[in-house]
Amino acid sequence: MKDQSDMTTLYLAQSGQKFLIQKVKIKGDLKRRLLDLGFVPGSVVEVLKASPLGDPVSYRVAGTVIALRKEESQLLFGEVIQR
Amino acid sequence: MDQQQRLDALAAVTPAEELDHIRESIVSNLFQKSRELCSKSVVIQDKNQLYKSEKLDRIFTSKVWGFPIMLGLLGVVFYLTIAGANVPSSMLANFFGWVEGYITLAFTAMNAPEWLHGLLVLGLYRGTSWVVSVMLPPMAIFFPVFALLENYGYLPRVAFNLDRLFKKSGAHGKQSLTMAMGFGCNAAAIMSTRIIESPRERMLAILTNNFVPCNGRWPTLILLASLFMAVGFTGGMHTLVTAFVVMGMVLFGVIITLLVSWMLSKTALKGTPSHYTLELPPYRKPKMLNTILRASLDKTIYVLRRAVKVAAPAGVLTWVLANIYIGDTSILLHFVQFLDPFGQLLGMDGFILMAFIIGMPANEIVLPILLMGYLSTGALTEVEDMAALKQIFLDNGWTWLTALNMMLFSLLHFPCGTTLVNIFKETKSWKWTFVAFAIPTVIAIGVTFAVAQVIRGFGWV
Amino acid sequence: MKEYTIALAGNPNTGKSTLFNALTGLKQHTGNWAGKTVTLASGYYRYKNIPLKIVDLPGTYSLFSNSEDEEVARDYIVFEKPDVTLLVLDATSLERSLNLALQVLEMTDQVLICLNLMDEAKKKGLKINAKQLSKNLGVPVIPISARNREGLDVLSDTLLKMCSGTIKTKPYKMKYREEIEAKIIKLEKELSEILGPDYPARWLAIRFLDGDSKLIAALKNKLASNGEGGGVHGSTTALGRSGGGHSC
Ligand SMILES: Nc1nc2c(ncn2[C@@H]2O[C@H](COP(=O)(O)OP(=O)(O)OP(=O)(O)O)[C@@H](O)[C@H]2O)c(=O)[nH]1
Ligand SMILES: [Mg+2]
Repeated sequence: MKDQSDMTTLYLAQSGQKFLIQKVKIKGDLKRRLLDLGFVPGSVVEVLKASPLGDPVSYRVAGTVIALRKEESQLLFGEVIQR
Repeated sequence: MDQQQRLDALAAVTPAEELDHIRESIVSNLFQKSRELCSKSVVIQDKNQLYKSEKLDRIFTSKVWGFPIMLGLLGVVFYLTIAGANVPSSMLANFFGWVEGYITLAFTAMNAPEWLHGLLVLGLYRGTSWVVSVMLPPMAIFFPVFALLENYGYLPRVAFNLDRLFKKSGAHGKQSLTMAMGFGCNAAAIMSTRIIESPRERMLAILTNNFVPCNGRWPTLILLASLFMAVGFTGGMHTLVTAFVVMGMVLFGVIITLLVSWMLSKTALKGTPSHYTLELPPYRKPKMLNTILRASLDKTIYVLRRAVKVAAPAGVLTWVLANIYIGDTSILLHFVQFLDPFGQLLGMDGFILMAFIIGMPANEIVLPILLMGYLSTGALTEVEDMAALKQIFLDNGWTWLTALNMMLFSLLHFPCGTTLVNIFKETKSWKWTFVAFAIPTVIAIGVTFAVAQVIRGFGWV
Repeated sequence: MKEYTIALAGNPNTGKSTLFNALTGLKQHTGNWAGKTVTLASGYYRYKNIPLKIVDLPGTYSLFSNSEDEEVARDYIVFEKPDVTLLVLDATSLERSLNLALQVLEMTDQVLICLNLMDEAKKKGLKINAKQLSKNLGVPVIPISARNREGLDVLSDTLLKMCSGTIKTKPYKMKYREEIEAKIIKLEKELSEILGPDYPARWLAIRFLDGDSKLIAALKNKLASNGEGGGVHGSTTALGRSGGGHSC
């Protein structure tokens, strides 16, 4: 696994890109919820589409589509996997 | 207890700073295993089909089309409801009027005392039949259409589109889902706020849910809009204008919801939005006929049951109040006269306020009580169609301002009794239940007062 | 005749209420969004003249509750000890559904899995091998389409067999990373000493390990009220028989 400084956040990933989650830098209840939804280290998330007003953004994760606000996606670290 | 103490000791087994890490590894392991199981037993044959929903989302949640489609759908639902409900409503009113004639004949034939006829026919029968004829047709059309949208999967997209606005007001994006439930029934919507994890944002959703008109209120909105707001238009145009007015009301309710949420977030319910996750399930084509039949049957039974349970007793009560005299004025009129100055200040009258107060247990009886109040004062008109209804209002000095303010008051006023009970059950707090009553009441009074002053000030009525 | 209780559990929006309606003939509201059902509902279903009590639960993403509706579901599955927990999985998003399934299998042996929305899965070009899945998970897996009433007979047959004990399951038990396993085993031993055999010690050990304070509070509550009411009832059911190495 990479050093944290090389990682970017899910928020910065572009629509259509796939993103490998490596670190979930959140505490407490929200962390639990995100984990349960499949935002776990080792998961690949695909960025789908922003809402009409720009935020939230929808992601495909664990075979489902989940929308996150930028406050959340900024705390999910990892790397964009090129394809 | 010894057992409990030993459990407490174990509960602290993981040091707090390690908890997140342990959770993460447990859930990661679970998902690893899930993926492994999936790869063993699931074969994807066609990626294109798999991602069909996303293509639709590109339209339904698009920057350009997202909002117009939302408003358009809302408008279409209202248009269909209004266009479809008009004729059956008149037919039902006619039918009940026709039956009433025979019942009255029977009472006369049996030499029944006048008060009995009054109580049973003018009170109970009329109260019930008005609720049925005014409420049933729009409900039996609106809810099937709504159920189609709901089962198709459109509601989460609305929440997705609107989230930014709710975030700005310090509220949770899922509040729009609970508001959508409010269209059906605010009392049920209060329960549905359970889906909002954070207590602060859940409270916002509870306190503002009332600004969504429920099924007991918006037949009133439709009726008044169609009688007073769309005058001068005929046919399809009339329906369209009515639909626009009703839609305007709903949007105004949404704006008030956002404003109140925003103000509460800055004051009594201070805080920043907590975490937010929203699932967007794939669109699923509903079973058309099945969904439509079930939803309209459901609503029909619901309306009929409410008519018997609430409207009948309210009809009797109103008749009794209108026919017991203190001095030469009935109790009902005493009450009305007491309220009248205040009602006039708000651009309405004492009868309307009386109806809202007696109608507290359930919103669908407000209009029937109002009519009964008006009728108790003068000639006993039989209400055979919607034009006759309008005449009753006009005879009592209504203008379009009266109608507008009654619509606004209906949209904004205190929650019904059942809703308040549920708010208490869910919050377990008298204080918050009172706040849930007070906020809408104050806003309803403030808004109608302001509107009345402005419109009269400009001499528009 | 004994009345059997069956709880419908699963992720939100997997068709639990639709299945409930199909079985009981009642009219729970359904909708294509997560969180439609927020309270318990129960109804009766007679199959081959045997009455089954079916309980529709709110959907839940995991046994770790976040919101109040999920808590309702969690408490029922964990503490009410239904004769069978009928897990309704979404065939079109198995990966996430299985996350919950694995957790439930940790807790009780009396689990029956149905893969709902098979019609949607087919439309989407997904081919799912239910036999394989059943072999891997150690419990019956039955493909159905609740809305089209497909597969309900097989489902009901299997349900009855599970209730009457004709089918014995051997649920897959999750194994975690070594260091975590070690901690789990230690905790599990202590917990089974404290609680006796009526509670799923291994599953509880994992909850204690990840500090699920709401669950621990609910457990203590339950124990306190049992103390007053005199003993744990219904111990023949699910919770008692699960768990790993211990037996007493
Ligand atoms: N195509 C198809 N749709 C289904 C099937 N079963 C359920 N649905 C639809 O899936 C949606 C969700 O169904 P519900 O029964 O409300 O789901 P639930 O699991 O009770 O959801 P929550 O109460 O939110 O947890 C509804 O729109 C149903 O019409 C099925 O077998 N096939
Ligand atoms: Mg449900």
